[in-house]
Amino acid sequence: MSKHPAFVEWEEKVLKKTLERTPERVKEFKTASGIPVERLALPETPGDKYLSEIGFPGQYPFTRGVQPTMYRGRFWTMRQYAGYWTAEESNKRYRYLLEQGTTGLSVAFDLPTQIGYDSDHPMSLGEVGKVGVAIDTLQDMEALFTGIPLDKVSTSMTINAPASILLAMYVAVGEKQGISRERLTGTIQNDILKEYIARGTYIFPPRPSLRLTTDIVGWCSKEIPLFNTISISGYHIREAGATAAQEIAFTLANGCTYVEAAIRAGLDVDVFAPRLTFFFNASSDLLEEVAKFRAARRLWARLMKERFHAKKPASQMLRFHTQTSGSSLTAQQIDNNIVRVTLQALAAVLGGTQSLHTNSRDEALTLPTEDSARLALRTQQIIAHESGICNTVDPLGGSYYIEGLTDRIEHEASALIENIDRAGGMIAAIESGLVQRQIEEAAFEYQRQVDSGERVIVGVNQFQVQETVSPPVFRVNTSVEKNEIKKLTEIRTKRNNQKVKDALACLEEAARGKDNVMPPILEAVHEYATLGEMCDVLRGVFGVYNESKGR
Amino acid sequence: MEVRQQRGRILIGKLGLDGHDRGAKIIARSLCNDCFEVIYTGIRRTPEEIASAAIQEDVDAIGLSLLSGAHNELVQALLKALQQTKGKDIPVIIGGIIPQEDIPHLKEDGVHEVFTPGTPIQTILDAFRKVTDEYRHKKHYQTS
Amino acid sequence: MNEIDEILHGIRQKDPHAIGRAISIVEEGDQMAGAILQTLDDETVFTATIVGITGSPGVGKSTLVGQLISHYCRQGHRIGVVAIDPSSPVSGGAFLGDRIRMMRHTMDQDVVIRSMATRGRPGGLCAAAGAAARIMVSSGCNPVIIETVGIGQAEVDVVSLADITVLVFAPGLGDDIQAMKAGVIEMADILVVNKADCPGADALAMEIESAVHGRSCPVCRTIATDTTGIEKLASVIHDVAQKKRQNGQFAGNRQKARELEVLDWAVEMMRAKLKDHLRSQSKQIKGDPRTIARKLIEEICVS
Repeated sequence: MSKHPAFVEWEEKVLKKTLERTPERVKEFKTASGIPVERLALPETPGDKYLSEIGFPGQYPFTRGVQPTMYRGRFWTMRQYAGYWTAEESNKRYRYLLEQGTTGLSVAFDLPTQIGYDSDHPMSLGEVGKVGVAIDTLQDMEALFTGIPLDKVSTSMTINAPASILLAMYVAVGEKQGISRERLTGTIQNDILKEYIARGTYIFPPRPSLRLTTDIVGWCSKEIPLFNTISISGYHIREAGATAAQEIAFTLANGCTYVEAAIRAGLDVDVFAPRLTFFFNASSDLLEEVAKFRAARRLWARLMKERFHAKKPASQMLRFHTQTSGSSLTAQQIDNNIVRVTLQALAAVLGGTQSLHTNSRDEALTLPTEDSARLALRTQQIIAHESGICNTVDPLGGSYYIEGLTDRIEHEASALIENIDRAGGMIAAIESGLVQRQIEEAAFEYQRQVDSGERVIVGVNQFQVQETVSPPVFRVNTSVEKNEIKKLTEIRTKRNNQKVKDALACLEEAARGKDNVMPPILEAVHEYATLGEMCDVLRGVFGVYNESKGR
Repeated sequence: MEVRQQRGRILIGKLGLDGHDRGAKIIARSLCNDCFEVIYTGIRRTPEEIASAAIQEDVDAIGLSLLSGAHNELVQALLKALQQTKGKDIPVIIGGIIPQEDIPHLKEDGVHEVFTPGTPIQTILDAFRKVTDEYRHKKHYQTS
Repeated sequence: MNEIDEILHGIRQKDPHAIGRAISIVEEGDQMAGAILQTLDDETVFTATIVGITGSPGVGKSTLVGQLISHYCRQGHRIGVVAIDPSSPVSGGAFLGDRIRMMRHTMDQDVVIRSMATRGRPGGLCAAAGAAARIMVSSGCNPVIIETVGIGQAEVDVVSLADITVLVFAPGLGDDIQAMKAGVIEMADILVVNKADCPGADALAMEIESAVHGRSCPVCRTIATDTTGIEKLASVIHDVAQKKRQNGQFAGNRQKARELEVLDWAVEMMRAKLKDHLRSQSKQIKGDPRTIARKLIEEICVS
């Protein structure tokens, strides 16, 4: 074990504090055969390059991880994304997952909800409850969390354009359960920039959307300080076809845009930055993924320190959630997907993720059945408890290949970020289609490789079989739409419509002016204004975004 | 410089609220490379918009990407809209996350082909070539 | 009714299906093209204004056109748009994406939008675009906007089809106006600085104003994304058109455009014949190409 002064300093200043707060899971870690496992493998004599580029976990530049003990202290959060159909059915699925050992909830909303349409809007035809839960009013949110005490779970909500409204609903549910705001924990995705780049569930144009983002960040840092206010996402950018370097470059560039906007709005970087989180993809090239995560941590730490002068280590740390790549899964020989997901989950853990969602094997066909969902969770549990990789920190650190690849990816990503800076920043790059074009190129190249057979996808372009078994497909009950519409009609008659009208008027005033929109949204939510009604007010003020021509 | 005679005009777009356009863009680009003129209408289109654009542009085929599970309702609405705007003969090809059991119904309703994940691009291009050839023949193009 | 009569009737009835078919027939050079175009009423066509909008990629042309459409619709006009994009010289295909920025007008009965590829031909684009514009006018459209990038020679020619040419710039694109094809700036009747709220807009406007010094050429500023300056632009277009009609320039331009179209059709038709003749001569081409060409033309004119 190295007794280099830098190492000793790390043990005293960083490790000790963490051990006091979160003792390691066992007193002594041993391999399956009984060999003692060291906490952190180091070179005998760490040189300058090691100390400045690689360093120690929990210390700038965080290449080896954001906590000094990583999974020796606590496993990552096993957070399975779920949600479909109605709030009542989703509630049942959440309670099932909690019983099976999930440690955090992750809510998927249907597309109308994500785009700010009520279930009875013409654009919602055929979409209600299909890819997630339909939420029209606070009533639906209350049903979603029935019997789930919000101070005992941490909830992540994949919601972006109308994040302010869904967050307000969550807070209102907590209030109704008698839980004070400061005790609520969780995350809202709230990353609108990637919507324009890769995911498409935007509503308003970029600039007013940034205002909404900073309103949320500002309000949360005062009212719900334990809530993570943005999950700056690379997952979807990668799914759209980006390379590993592009994934982290565009994500971190988006991150910089949010930080700049928040600073311009008068917020203190060391107050809001610790609550920023990230969301990455775990794709199939295992070693590239591990290097990518390490490169991302180092690059972000540098950006926060050098560009934004963040002083607190917590402001420089890149904490992230990972999801295994959906687009890598195949409709052919779906059991192969279990193997793919396992390797991808392994990459995420070796890469030091804080939270992980593993896809189910039927991903390419439909939303997961209960069995598939449970198996995906078991994959994580087996890695955590049986594989041994969690007993030492950053096990692949120091590998010639991994360190070289980490450097290479950081270098490439850095150059891409500079490119965007030169183009006038992320918003200009999005509006001109610069970012989208690069991703399209990468996607097209990938497809070309698959089509030519250069890139083998087992079961698809090699090792195919004649498929005989038709796996059970999860069907969303089509009466969901009808029932949601019925509920909407009922609530519109039951609530106090004058109060709703007044609350919406207040919201419009705040949106037109400079006041934070969260308080009026909370008011309107309590009066059972619908999501569509509130978004329509905002559409009236901010306008709507039209897709870039791209070419 | 003389350019190859283009094969036909195809409208490519996405119906419904899903915004993942990687597949649609790859198909659009592949078709361009295969000598088609692609009218790309982007995401979040309604069935009526697609039908109306297809008629104005007098396309030889329509290609749609559907990933959110709303294909049954949306495709039905599209075929109805095409009927109402004199576009019922325009061949429609769809691709995306579509369970096998839905495919026969979609084809009965009038969809020419349904492609699911993993289909080689060449198969898709061949399908477009076939339907556009047939449709253009119907339109009796005779160059002077 | 035979198919041609049906189509002509449909055009007058503003039927999108008939208009779409008519434009395709003309674009494909189908035998029916002549029959259709002959019956279009010259007088109606003369009363309409054709506005050409051109500029480098990224200046915001499509957004601008989208906003102009909205403006004209509010004023009760029926409007046509021909949106031209380049064909790939390698594959022969084309990505026609201008429509995305105008999709909100797709359902509007009084908006006719047609995407057109240049098809890389030395002749034929003017013929097709001009014919498409006239078909739209015959269905009641006024004005008709022709949107094109204006980079290739053929596209510069398309601009000459228009009665009014609007050249759009935007700051921050590294556009050195000296580098712009000299011909295009001189042909422009109206210059626009779009994205006028972006840094560099003022400097760009000054640069443009000095480039057209000595010539009466209004310079407008717009922010297409929030409709700023659109109404003013439409009004300037109207004023310039009025002026041109009154001083005879309008009729003069139309005549020139007519000539250009005729030449274009002629080249299109000749090209096909020339190719056939050349191919039918199975022996290898030997000798001076110019002399051979003259002989070829003489052969065709006689036959």
